[in-house]
This record gives sequence, structure tokens and C-alpha cells, in this order.
Amino acid sequence: MSGLKSYREIPIGAKNVEPGSSIRNETGSWRDFKPVVDMNKCIKCLMCFVSCPDATINPVTFGVDYVHCKGCGICAQVCPVDAIKMVEEVT
Amino acid sequence: MCAFYKTLKEVPDEEYLARGHRLCAGCPESICVRLVTKAAGRDTIIVNPTGCLEVSTSLFPETAWNIPWIHAAFENGGSVASGIEAALKSMKKKGLLPKEGKTHVVVLAGDGGTTDIGFQALSGMLERGHDVLYVCIDNEAYMNTGIQRSGSTPFMAWATTSPVGKVLKGKMQQKKDMVSIAAAHRIPYTASATVGTGYWLDLMNKVRKGLDVEGPAYIHCLNPCPTGWRFNPDLTVEIGRLAIQTGMWILYEVYKGKMTVTARVSKRKPVREYLKHQGRFRHLTDEDVAEIQRQIDESVAEVNRLVGAEVIGPVQES
Amino acid sequence: MRVERIPLSANYAAAYAAKACDIDVAAVYPITPQVEVAERLGQFVADGELEAEYIPVESEHSALSACVGASAAGARAFTATASQGLALMHEILFIASGARLPIVMALANRTLSAPINIHCDHSDSMASRDCGWVQIYASSGQEVYDSVIQAYKLAENDKILLPVMVCFDGYILSHTYEPVLVNSDEDVHAFVPKNVKRLLDPDNPLSVGVFCMPDYEYEFKYQLVEALSNVPEQLKKVDKAFKESFGRSYDLYETYRIDDAEVVMVALGTTASTAKAAIDDLRKEGEKVGLFRPRLFRPNPVDEWKDVLSKYDMLMVVDRALSLGSVAGPLALELLGAFMNEKDRPQFTNFIAGIGGRDVTVDDIEQMFRKTISGYRSGRIERACQYYGVRM
Repeated sequence: MSGLKSYREIPIGAKNVEPGSSIRNETGSWRDFKPVVDMNKCIKCLMCFVSCPDATINPVTFGVDYVHCKGCGICAQVCPVDAIKMVEEVT
Repeated sequence: MCAFYKTLKEVPDEEYLARGHRLCAGCPESICVRLVTKAAGRDTIIVNPTGCLEVSTSLFPETAWNIPWIHAAFENGGSVASGIEAALKSMKKKGLLPKEGKTHVVVLAGDGGTTDIGFQALSGMLERGHDVLYVCIDNEAYMNTGIQRSGSTPFMAWATTSPVGKVLKGKMQQKKDMVSIAAAHRIPYTASATVGTGYWLDLMNKVRKGLDVEGPAYIHCLNPCPTGWRFNPDLTVEIGRLAIQTGMWILYEVYKGKMTVTARVSKRKPVREYLKHQGRFRHLTDEDVAEIQRQIDESVAEVNRLVGAEVIGPVQES
Repeated sequence: MRVERIPLSANYAAAYAAKACDIDVAAVYPITPQVEVAERLGQFVADGELEAEYIPVESEHSALSACVGASAAGARAFTATASQGLALMHEILFIASGARLPIVMALANRTLSAPINIHCDHSDSMASRDCGWVQIYASSGQEVYDSVIQAYKLAENDKILLPVMVCFDGYILSHTYEPVLVNSDEDVHAFVPKNVKRLLDPDNPLSVGVFCMPDYEYEFKYQLVEALSNVPEQLKKVDKAFKESFGRSYDLYETYRIDDAEVVMVALGTTASTAKAAIDDLRKEGEKVGLFRPRLFRPNPVDEWKDVLSKYDMLMVVDRALSLGSVAGPLALELLGAFMNEKDRPQFTNFIAGIGGRDVTVDDIEQMFRKTISGYRSGRIERACQYYGVRM
């Protein structure tokens, strides 16, 4: 169990003192398909931004945080102008 | 008076639930919590009884929460929130906290922690009139422990403890009507909501209204769960929308005793359109679907009667 | 310094102490024999004598849950219960200590059902002895008042940060009146300035009560082991400061005529105070008997116990609870544990008496002493646990 902290190094009493630290967890490794946004079709309606369970779509640039995107496909399903396609990732 | 969101452009950018949490791909709870916390804002304390949300967002040493958050146990969301609310009140009176500004206390509890094991604590909190917003994130089963039935599991749905076989056909009891039960406590604000396409602002505005009233507010939000309801994770918000379009779930609020339906449905879709996507209803025969249709027709008629107008229209086969 | 002498029951003494400590939140559910704690506190709030939020919760589980929320939010929280109420709170007891919340509870000891019985024994607090709370056993109303005040100072100490329960015998103390010295609220406020950490603060957003896997759970729990090991020293310091401020002191234990004793009785609460009369009687006959009354029960201050008791030949432990299925009563087991690896240690006999509120009289204690003395003298000590007074 290397790299794990001793009882003195963790916060006192069942708490976490690093808000938002889950960002360290790269959930993008979960997916098989990734969303690709076609900015020519995008009408910036924000339906994808609001429906993403992982808040990976930027409401200004409509870029996707691929480090965390789990590839659920909701954004592609909800887009009213079919601007998002789910593309299989080949690694 | 609170601000109401009219378009998606007014939805705040700030995220209070960070990325990297361990909820399933396509999970409605994360969408619900994003929207609820955006509506509540930074000055909010979250009480989160045991459930999918709690375990998936707080696995040490990471936490997804950017706002103060407490998990105590499964059945005490209502009572822990009561204690926090009382503490804030007392500390303000004594000058231990600044008198200006208001810190919201919001409970995010699953249907297990609300309808069943958490029922008593919720009822006590509502009866005592604590200034807390209680949001039930209802995925219609004890999902965290592996899809066991709850009081909120709908009629004839499969769950591991309401199984389907030769003798039993899923849950034979009705879904517990928590919205009516909460409203019966005569609290200032009760509402139903959904995680569904087109209804995001309905949820957020209800959260604002609930936070705005003095006293307890209860919002019951339908959360279609791909893992437990057995559908592809990209359909989450579509199923949440179909629930409204078929009348399986009706969006209404009871504000200071007056009931209003907030999402009128003039051309109601047949329930088959909702049920057909979900593996937990795969075993239904045509007779079963007809029975569910009949029950929904009855509940729609009742709502129309209570409101005094045909806000939910008749079924129209497309 | 203003002091008043008021006739108070231990229930009222606990309420007066909580008021003196300027608690912020009280969440109490009534249960016999603690009801008066809830009622008196409520009256203090209604009369404006105590500025606190009084939450009339709908169960004991919710009472402690509300205290957990309140304490995490930075408020000084108080609750009280007994018997079934403590049993109902059981899972939250561990959560309160695990989350390191300085909650104080007044506990009027009452037996656990079934059958249902409203009278005194220690089965309720003994059933909760492993949950990480500090347990103090009082033997008078005065000690209850003083211990609740000391409890806040101990609980909120940065080296401790643990919840504390002050236990007192149901009916025997909770409902009987004695003159209690009550200090002015201002003097008590000065003794226990608030030091409750605001864990739920939007300006410093923490996650409290997180989910944890096998890789870290033990480390979090070990923090409790360490905190509890700090209690004896810190409680002694608090008691010393209390003596300087108010002139009253209790230490971690009490002894009575113990110096040249052949047989030392060990007991908690009022059984111990009754024993003093029996000891006086037996001493008149020339018998060398004495008393050791532990006040701090959890954590067991084993070093202090061994320091005092190692030199005695015979300890007669009188329990007021059953540890069903075990070889002896819970107090005896703890003392045996303290001497576990010692080569030189006393011999033990164990009586279990007073179950379900059955009176333990001066005569009963004399009989226990006589039996123990005769066994000790003849070399035929009764080893098995003796269930005193059961009609066979």
C-alpha cells in the first residue's frame, strides 16, 4: 500500500478538506464512444451543456472535457440540430 | 422575490459538483444536482443521506463537492438538516454569525432515504416547519445497493426484490405519493419535477421558489436511471421528458395551499411510449400496459379535477 | 463569584448546567426517567433564560442526528436520553464520534427492554461503551451539574474533539432532590468559552462524513483511539481548572477508606455512594474494607486504575448491568482487562446487582462484603459471577 497516508496525515474525523478534488479522477477512461461537436451546425442552444451529467461541455466554447467525459451520449441525443455525433474511440 | 430563469442562457456557469465523480455514465442524479445547486448557489449546505450520490461523490480521498456537504446516515436527512437550520438560526441570534445573508440548507435524498427509511425524519422536519429545502432525487429503487424495490418503485416495475417470474410480476403495490404526503403537512411549497428534456428550467425555478419561501419546501424530482431502469445511458433526459408527455409523472406545485400544474400536456402520449424503452417493464403484456394506462387516465382525471381545468389532455395515438 | 444553593434533581441539574453552558441547540426527545431534562430546558428557552433553538424532535434517533447537524454547523449542541432512546440512537453514536463532534449528552441510566422496565440499571450505557464516546458516571446531582460543564470543556478541546455522555442513575438520582451549588451563568460562560469548529461553512467548503474504502477506514478510526488516549490527562486538567474556578473537583475516580483495606469494592454511580454506609458499619466491626468508584469509565484510565488498585489483594466488583453471555459484568471485564498482562494483580469477585431498578441496600452490600471476606480468608474465593438477589 505505497503512497497511502498515515493516520496523522489525513484530516481529523471522516472529512475531506479538498473541495472539488474529484477532478483528479480521470473518468474519461470509462468511455467507448466520444462526442464530437460540429460547430457549423451548433446553434448554441445550451441543451447539451445543461444535460451533461458530468459538466464536460463548456457553455461558451462548446468544447468537451475529454479527460472526464464518460461517453454517455446524452448530448448527442438531446441536440436538436444533430450537431453532436458519438464516435467510437479506437485506442 | 427570487429571480426566475426564463432561458437556458440564464443558467449560471458555476459548477458546484465537480467533474470526476463516480456516478454512472448518463446518471440523472448528477444532472439534477448540477441544476439544483446552480439554482441554490454558493451559500448552500448540502445534507446527503446514503445513496448513489453520496457514495459516488465522496469516496476518500476525493470529493466532488465545492460546497459544504454532510453525510450522517441513511434515514436522517430531515433531522440532520433540522439541526443545521437550528444551529444557523441560533448562531445568528447570538451574533456568532453575521445577520445579513442567508445560507440555504438543502437535503438531497434518494427515494429510499425519503419514502421509506427516511420518512419519519422528513415528516418531523416538515411538521416542525424548519426552513429547509428537501429534494428527493427519485430513481425509483434502492439503486446504490443494487436495484432493490422501494416505496417509490412504480407499479409492475422489476427490481431485484420485486422480481419477475412465473408467479410474481414485479412490484404489485402502487408508487407512494410523496408529493401529496408532503403537501398534506401544509408546508408553504411542494412540487414535482423531472430530469427531462425541456424541463430543466421548471426544476430550477421550483428550487428557487422552494428556497424563497419561509419554512420547509419539498421537491420530488424524477430521476430516470439507465442502470436500474435498463435503458441506454443516452436516453436519460428523453425518458424524463416522456414521463411528462405520457402523464406517468405530472409536474405540479402546491404553493401556499394552491395547486398549479406547471407543465400542461395537451396531447398526451400513450404510456406504451414511456414503458417500451425500459427493460424493467420488459415483461409487461398488452393487458398489463392497458391496466397501467387505465391507472394513469384515472390520476390525470383526478389532477384535472383538482385544478379545475383540463391541463393534461387525452391520449392521442400518433 | 455568585453561587446559589438550589434543591435540584439530577435531571434539573443537567438542564441547569446546559443552560449555564449557553448551548445553542437542544434536540431532546422525552423518555422516562429523563423527561424533566427536556421539560426544564424547554421552559428555560420559553422564559428567555436560555437563548437556544429547542428542537422538539420526533425520535431519539432524530435527536442525535439533529445534534450531529448542529454541531457540524458550529453550534454547541446538547441532548439527553435513557434506555431505549440511547439504543435507538446507537448507529448515530458512532457517527458522532467518527465525525469528531463535541456533543454532550445527559444519560439517565435505565434498563433495556424486554420486558420493558423504567428503572435503573446500567445496561443502556454499557451497551454503548464501544462507540467512541467519553463516558462519565456521576454519583450525585452536584456531580451531574459539574460534569456537564466539564464535559463541554473536554469535548471541545482540540486534542479530544469527542462527544461525551454524563451518566447518572435513573430515578435514584434523576428524580431525587439534593441541594446543588449552581454557579452564575456568566462564571460558567467564562469557564467554557465556545470552541466548536464550523465544519459546514460556505467560505471553507468541506465534505463531512465521507465514504471510505479499506485503504483508509482504519486510519480514521485510529484517530479515535489516539483521541481517547488523551482523555484521562485532559480531563484531569479540566477538573483542576474547575476546582480553581468553582472550588469543586472529582478527579477520574473516588476512593473511600481504601488505604489499609483488604477488600476493595469497585462500583459506579449510587451503588458506590450507598457502599460508604456499609463500609462504615463494617469498619466499626474491625473489617478492613474500602471503596473505589471509577468516574471516568470510557476510556478506561488503566494506568490510574492500576496505580491505585495493584496493591490490593481482593477487589469486589459490583456491576449494575449484565454483559449477557460473558463471564462477568461489564465493569468487572474492564478491570480484568486493565490487569490483563500484569503478573502482580488483585483477585476478583464479581456481583451483579440492582438489575431493573431493584434496590441495592446497605444491607445487601454488607452481605456481599461478608461473603467476599469469608471467601478471601478461607482461600475459597467465589470465581464465578454472582447474580445477587435473583430468586432461584
